[in-house]
Order: sequence, then C-alpha cells, then structure tokens
Amino acid sequence: MEGLIHEEYYVNKGDYVTAGSASADMKRKLRQLGVSALVLRRLAVASYEVELNLVIHSLGGKLIFDVDSTGVTLISTDKGPGIPDIEMAMREGYSTANDEARSLGFGAGMGLPNMKRNADEFSIESQPGVGTTITMRFLL
Amino acid sequence: MTVADMIQVTHAKVLLGADQLDRQISSAFCSDLMSDVLAFVTEDTVLITGLMNPHVIRTSEMLDLKCILFVRGKTPQADILEAAEEMGLVVLSTTESAFTTCGQLYAAGLRGITMRGQGGN
Ligand SMILES: Nc1ncnc2c1ncn2[C@@H]1O[C@H](COP(=O)(O)OP(=O)(O)O)[C@@H](O)[C@H]1O
Ligand SMILES: [Mg+2]
Repeated sequence: MEGLIHEEYYVNKGDYVTAGSASADMKRKLRQLGVSALVLRRLAVASYEVELNLVIHSLGGKLIFDVDSTGVTLISTDKGPGIPDIEMAMREGYSTANDEARSLGFGAGMGLPNMKRNADEFSIESQPGVGTTITMRFLL
Repeated sequence: MTVADMIQVTHAKVLLGADQLDRQISSAFCSDLMSDVLAFVTEDTVLITGLMNPHVIRTSEMLDLKCILFVRGKTPQADILEAAEEMGLVVLSTTESAFTTCGQLYAAGLRGITMRGQGGN
C-alpha cells in the first residue's frame, strides 16, 4: 500500500536540549492528518520515550515513521551499544541512565515498558556492539 | 475546580494563560520525575512540579496537558515560557512546597489522577 507519510529523523547521542523535537514534529503532522487525540497521545508518549533513549543510551540513531491507511509504524534504530539483557531492560525501574538524564527528570526505568503499554504492537531486537531496533505499530 | 479556584487556593501567580481562568481542572498529578508523568498520566490533568527545564513543557505537549503549576518558587526562563505560550498552556507558580500546595488543593476538593489498575482514588 502507498504510504501517506514517510518521515525520518536523525537523533544524536547526548543531544538533551532538542530531545523530543522529532516526536513533537511528528505529532503535529499526525494531528493535521486527523489522527484521534487518544492514538496521538499514546504514539507521542512512546515516540518521546524511544527518542529520549536514543539521546540518553545510544551512540546515535534514527526514527522512521510510516503512516498508511490503517496505522502508523514507528521504527527506532541505532548504531550501538546494544542491550545485553533485554528482559532486564524491559523491567520497570531498571535503568543505566547517567546523572544528566536523571537531573532532567528521566532515567526512572519506565520507558521501555511504557512504550510496550502504549503501542498496539511492540518488538525489540538488540545485539551488543551492533545496535538496537525497536518497532512499534499504532492502529488508527 | 477552575484555574481561578486553583489560584485562589494556592495563592499562585499566573505566568501564562490569564485569559483561561475559567478552564476546568478535573484532576492533579504531582511529580518531579517526567518518566513517571509519562508512565502514569493518561488524562487531562494539572501537572504540579518543582522540576524546571524544557522537558517539563515537552512532556506536557506529548500528553496534551493544558496546565502546569510550578512549586517552590520555580520561575521558568524566557525560552521555557515561550514554548509554553506557543502551546497555549496555563502556567502558574507558587512559592509554597509541593506538599503544602497539594494539601491545599486536596482540601478544596481536587483529587489525583486515576492510577493504573485502580478504579479511582
Ligand atoms: N537504544 C538503546 N541503546 C542502548 N541501551 C538502551 C537503549 N534503550 C534502552 N536501553 C537500556 O534499557 C534501559 C531501560 O530503558 P528505559 O526503560 O527507557 O529506562 P530509562 O531510559 O529510564 O533508563 C536503559 O537504562 C538502558 O540500559
Ligand atoms: Mg528511557
């Protein structure tokens, strides 16, 4: 099916100031498309969490949004360092965030479970030394 | 209660949104941890916080929140206020502590958000 919107945003490691701007931009675009407030909020929260993770935990990566007639697919992919134990990382409260992230109000280890809760479909693949890819689907 | 009621009860200053004093506030959530705000808030609520950085505004934007009450005299810098103004947020500030502010609002009838897995509060 021909996509309605395809957007890619590069997210840099350690870019705490602008973290979230890709998610905010995408939220505005989807609102203009007429996506319901409920889906919009779930998607924005999950997108913000995954974007923050790219800034806080990854060596840099990108967010890819694909909108079709039945939903939105969001893929986050990065170039490392990968997650050695995904099961542990998915647990509420588990975090390796640094002091800078914590001082901004993040690093409570709630992000990955929050993404899973908000998305209609969620999958995570990671290889230490290579990178992490998270795929989420939100039904319209 | 309305924003005007909140101001009266907490003696807060209005930093933004003086034209929205009749806006209804149906619940409240108080936290300095934006991770928890993102994880627990699923309704339109007033965010009461002593944290002051641009991510407080961005978190509110993601959740479609309309009103922030800063406690402990936190006053946002120009760039933070600008972002909040663009979103049409109501921004209030009180010199009181989070505990006292929440107590004042609770005594006036305001209640917390519905927490996950619970019917109400
Ligand atoms: N893109 C990523 N690259 C490497 N590690 C990650 C990535 N995303 C998450 N993690 C790891 O998973 C943990 C849990 O993530 P999360 O639930 O979002 O909590 P938090 O971001 O608050 O630490 C992180 O602390 C980090 O160790
Ligand atoms: Mg996170």
